Parts: sequence; C-alpha cells; structure tokens
Amino acid sequence: MSQTKRFLAVTVAAVTAMSMVGACSKNTDTKPAADGQVNLVVDTFGDFGYKALVAQYQTDHPNVKVELRSVQKLDDYKPKLTQYLAAGTGAGDVVALEEGILNEFKTQPQNFVNLLDQGAADQQANFLPWKWELGRVGADGPLIGLGTDVGGLAVCYRKDLFAKAKLPTDREAVSKLWPTWDEFITTGKKFTAANTGAKGFVDSVTTSFSAMLSQAGDTNFYDRDNKLIADSNPVVRQAWDTSMKMVSEGVSAKIATWSKDWEAGFKNGSFAVTMCPSWMLGIIKTNSGAANAGKWDVAAVPGGGGNWGGSWLAVPTQSKHPKEAYELAKFLTSPEGQVAAFKEAGPLPSSPKALDDPAFLALTNDYFSNAPVGKIFGEGAKSLKPVVLGPKHQAVKERAFEPAMQAVEQGKLTPDKAWQQALKSAVKEAK
Amino acid sequence: MTSSSVIRSSAAARAADGRVPWRSRLTRADMKYAPYFFIAPFFVLFLVFGAFPLVYTGWVSLHDWHLIGDHTFVWFDNYTALFSDPDFWNALKNTVGIFVLATVPQLLMALSVANLLNRKIRARTFFRMGVLIPNVTSVAAVGIVFGQLFARDVGLVNYVITAFGLDAVDWQANWWSSWIAIAVMVDWRWTGYNTLILLGAMQAIPKDLYESASLDGAAPWQQFWRITVPLLRPTLVFTVIISTIGGLQLFTEPVIFGNGRMLGGTLGQFQTVTMYMYETAFQRFQYGYGAAIAWSLFGLIVVFSLINLLIVRRAAR
Repeated sequence: MSQTKRFLAVTVAAVTAMSMVGACSKNTDTKPAADGQVNLVVDTFGDFGYKALVAQYQTDHPNVKVELRSVQKLDDYKPKLTQYLAAGTGAGDVVALEEGILNEFKTQPQNFVNLLDQGAADQQANFLPWKWELGRVGADGPLIGLGTDVGGLAVCYRKDLFAKAKLPTDREAVSKLWPTWDEFITTGKKFTAANTGAKGFVDSVTTSFSAMLSQAGDTNFYDRDNKLIADSNPVVRQAWDTSMKMVSEGVSAKIATWSKDWEAGFKNGSFAVTMCPSWMLGIIKTNSGAANAGKWDVAAVPGGGGNWGGSWLAVPTQSKHPKEAYELAKFLTSPEGQVAAFKEAGPLPSSPKALDDPAFLALTNDYFSNAPVGKIFGEGAKSLKPVVLGPKHQAVKERAFEPAMQAVEQGKLTPDKAWQQALKSAVKEAK
Repeated sequence: MTSSSVIRSSAAARAADGRVPWRSRLTRADMKYAPYFFIAPFFVLFLVFGAFPLVYTGWVSLHDWHLIGDHTFVWFDNYTALFSDPDFWNALKNTVGIFVLATVPQLLMALSVANLLNRKIRARTFFRMGVLIPNVTSVAAVGIVFGQLFARDVGLVNYVITAFGLDAVDWQANWWSSWIAIAVMVDWRWTGYNTLILLGAMQAIPKDLYESASLDGAAPWQQFWRITVPLLRPTLVFTVIISTIGGLQLFTEPVIFGNGRMLGGTLGQFQTVTMYMYETAFQRFQYGYGAAIAWSLFGLIVVFSLINLLIVRRAAR
C-alpha cells in the first residue's frame, strides 16, 4: 500500500469511528414515507388486550402501521416513560398511564397533547363521568388521557382448598360467607383451623389493604388539596388495623405479592384466596398454569365494590403524528374496543355503553370455572366512586405502607412500630 | 531538543526551499498524525460516554432537578442533605457489608483454584475454560435462578436446610441472610473471572524459582506463600481494585433478589447505594439528589480503591 493510500485509509477509519458515535442516537423512523404511510407505537405495561384490536385497526387503515410495545411491570414502565418524556424523544405515540402515574404526570401537562384540541369532546358520553374528569387537568384544563379500564373488585378463591376445609364452594354461597371484612377473617380462621396444607388463607395482607382503601371512596393518603393526610385519615387507619388483625389472627400466608414464592404459591395452593381486580385474572391464570384450570372461581369482595386501578391512554407532545395517534387512542378506548380488550385480557371497561353491552355481560371465563365475569365485575362498575389520589399515592402505598406491613408479616416489626415507619416513609415519598 | 521538533525544523527548512515533493510531505504528516487517529476512537468514546456524563452528573447534582419538571440551582444542598440521610447511610452500610462478605472469600477462592489449575492435571483447558462459564451467564438469569434457590417457601436451599432438621430461613427478611444470599450470587459469578486473571499471572512466574526452592527443601505451601503470592502482587492489586469497583456498584443481583424492586427488602436490609440512587432519580424523580448520590459513590470508590491498594501492598510485602 502506498503512503498516500495508507494516510487516506487512516483518516477514513478515524472519521468513521467518530461519526459512528454520533449516529447511534438518531431516530430516523418517525417521518412519514412518501406514500402517506404512518407508523404508530403504542406503549403499555402488562397486557392491555390490544392485539386483536390493533390487527383490525391496521386492516381498516391500510396506511397505518401500529407497533405494540409492552413492559411487564409498571415499576419498570414508569421510569422508562419518564426518561422518554425528559429526553423529548423515544416515547410511543400512544402511551398508557396508570392512575398513579397519571396524577404525577398531570403536574407537567405540557408533555401531553390536549386531546380536546383533536376533537375529543364528542367522546365524553362514552365514559363514566368521573373517569372522564380524572383524565383532565382540573375542571377546565386540558384533557390528557382517554379512559381505558376501571378496577372492579372481586375475590378469587380455590374451590379445591375450600372443599378440603369443608367450606362452601359455590360462588353465591362463598360470597355470602363474607359480607364484611371481619367475617372474611372469621372464615379465614375456619380455613386455617382445618389444616389443608396451605400456608394461609389469603396470600398477603397488602392486597386486602389496597382493596379496603379503594372501597373507601373519597380520599386515602391525600386530601383534595394534595396534602398528605395518611396519619390522620381514619380510612387509612381502619384499613391498616383490619390488615394487622389478619396477621395476628394467622389468616395471612405472609407471601409477598409478586415474589417467587407468590408466583409458585398459585401453582402449589399455598393460599386459598386473593383479591382480584379484574386485571388480576390474567395474572392468576398465568401463574397457576394449565394444570389448575377450573380450580379457581370468582366471588364477591367483602365490604362491597371498590375501584382499584385503571388506566388512560395519552398522546405525548413529542409524537410526530398527534392526529393519527389520537384516532388510534379513540378507537382503542371506544365502547367496542373496551369490550374486546376485556375479552382478551380482562381490563374492566370504563365506558357505560360497554358495561351495558349484552355481549360484555354475557362473557364468562372458562379458566375460572366459567364464572360470569362480565356480570360479576360489570354489576357494580357503574356505581364505583373514584378515590381522590394525590400525586404520590402509588409511591406512598407501595414504598411506605406495603413494606411496613410485610415487615410485620416477617416478624421484624410490631404493628405500632410499623405504623410509625410507614408514616415516616410516606413523608419522604411525598416530598 | 525533542525528536519531533527536529522533524518540524527540518520540514520548515525544506518547505522554505520549496522543492519538497508532495508525496514525502504526506508521508511525514502520516508519521506524525496517524498515531493520534489510531487512538482517537477511544478518546472520543471516552469523552462522550465517560467524561461528559461524569461532569454533567456533577452539574445536575448541584440542582434541585425534577426529571420532567423544574431545575433550580441549589449549590451543595443535595450533598449536605445526603450526609444526614439515614437511608443513604443504611444503603452504604449494606453495600460495604455485602462487598466485604463477597470479595474476601471470592479472592481467596480464586487464588486457591488458580493454584490448582496451575498444576499438571488432566483436561486442563476444559477446567480453565469451565471456571469462566458463570461469568458469561446473563446476570439476570443468575438473579432469577438464585432468587428461586433462596425463596422462602419453595426454595431449594431451605429444602436442604429443613431436611437437616433446621428451621427454614426467610432469606429476604434478615439483613444477615439477605447479605449471604447476595454474596453467594456475586461469588458464583466472579470467582472464575478472577481465577483466570490470577492463573495468567502465575504462569508468568519462572519455573526455575520453584525448582531451586524444591532443591532447598521448601514444601509446596511454603512455595505458594513465599514465591507465588509475592510475585502475584501487582495482579492481586488489580483484581482487588476491579472487585472493589464492581462490589460498590452492586445492583442487579440485589434488585432481582428483591423481586425487581428498588427497596431492598421491607426495611431496606439489602438496598445498595446504586439501588438507592436509582430509586431516587428514576422512581422519585429527584434527579439532582440522585446525581449527588452517584458522585458520592464515585468518591467512595476512589477512596476504597486507595485503601485496598495500601492494604494489599502491605500484606503481600
């Protein structure tokens, strides 16, 4: 190789190396092609039941290509989405916001398209009034999210373990066992006394705590002015005391939710009941596996209906196709879309039309002994009262109260110490 | 006068002469600048992915910086808050504790395994490669498998323990049991890596040293402590520092052990500094405070590496 050629080769190599560094960060996929082709990305956590719907949408709109991106855990989804928003790039064109995230992101509404500007006002009648209102920033502010599901509540129970403990197994009779939480605990004591081999009656008290909070309606950890009132709100204290009673009465299997023991516990029958908001059905089915099909059933929750969880679809302002993204979100949250999603993955509709739909009411779940899930979850859904959630509700619940309760279950803290610990952490989380 | 200035002055002289062929001028430029181009990719990459984030993180740490909200300059408030933050001290205690619990047995094991592999045994290459297998395993897979081994109700470890008539251990609930479980994960993964490094250094030790030691009647263990270990000193320093950096940044193992949560157990029994940093920056969105934790960790690693360097130098003298 001649000297000149060598010099050129070196230069080219160095320039290539340097330009490679710059090239990585560029996102080139967002511009519409000449033929009007539009690529949309939908970001969700867990399974929203959108696969069939998206396929249908692409058939109806040949110029639109939709990519579904899903992160399994909400805990992983939230920081990712936040980083995308902070960086101004990377987020999907349609993103799912869970109620906890929604409240936190509402403090920065400039990150999301005001859907009213896209003509969303005509959709209002399709949603439960409070679901619609919560998607707005204040009564007159922009609308940043269209409602997807609401958290209907029920209790899932193992029929085989109930039979072993000589408790009724029919879902009507089981529901009658526990009109109140105290009677739920009494039933649990009967169950544990029967020594079925299960580690406890209910998986852990944290899910019951969430259920009780969501039944309370009105407020939890925050008041209407977003002031932390966890220490003084009787609703919180009441739910706490009942949960502690479950631990002291030996009703809890003390298996932390989402742990390896919890996942295996569904298969092994380590516990007989767990709280199930409708989105939990899919998780129970996955964890229990095909071998346990037909062993689970769905009964009413003690203390009446409650609203646990639920999400919205929003369009980040960084989307290159806000108009098309809104159209897609509108389709996915339409009454028909919500029924289809429920059928596929279990999120309970937030649209009164969907809730009245005979097709929805007739839905049953064969894994759960053909339980009429449409009827069970749909019945109370329209009368659900929204809970006022402060901006850090989710953090206070999951990072202050739940660990404190689990520490009691592990025998590491007394209930009094744990309560103090929870309040202390809550203040830190709410900062 | 340095050699480059010789070239430069003579080049200048010839340029003034005006009769230097184009080709030889290119050659000279090639000789002069080509080395810089060859090493440029590293420095460009280091500046973009190493130095810039470091400096920028320092800048962020002087702010009250909400990830998607406001940025206010607050001088060193984040650092002063950090030093009176019990959660930070708890995380630091856990990190150092797990680091000591994992690193000391790890390096001792690596040293003895390397010594064994340095002998004439059958299928040497097989065993030498074999010790590295845990290291190429995905850390997430390691976490998942060990998370299952150390599960309270369905874990294999508790199954064995109870078979011996002992009580099952709630591995996540106590600080000591969670530290042990995490240290085992770390050791399983990194012992082989250090073994290979130490083995490489052992093979560089001249054989005649051992031969003359044998002639003088030195037992194998005497040879090991009097010849092998002192001559391995620079390599030992290297492994210690690498383990220190890795150990203080411990993240994935405890996260997966704690079911993917950043809390590190109900009372933070095994929350490490990096977990606390992640929780602060990406779950509480206090980016400035998280950056302050990151910089404090950087300082700690420097301090710890220096301390280790001194200890290892003294011990191996």
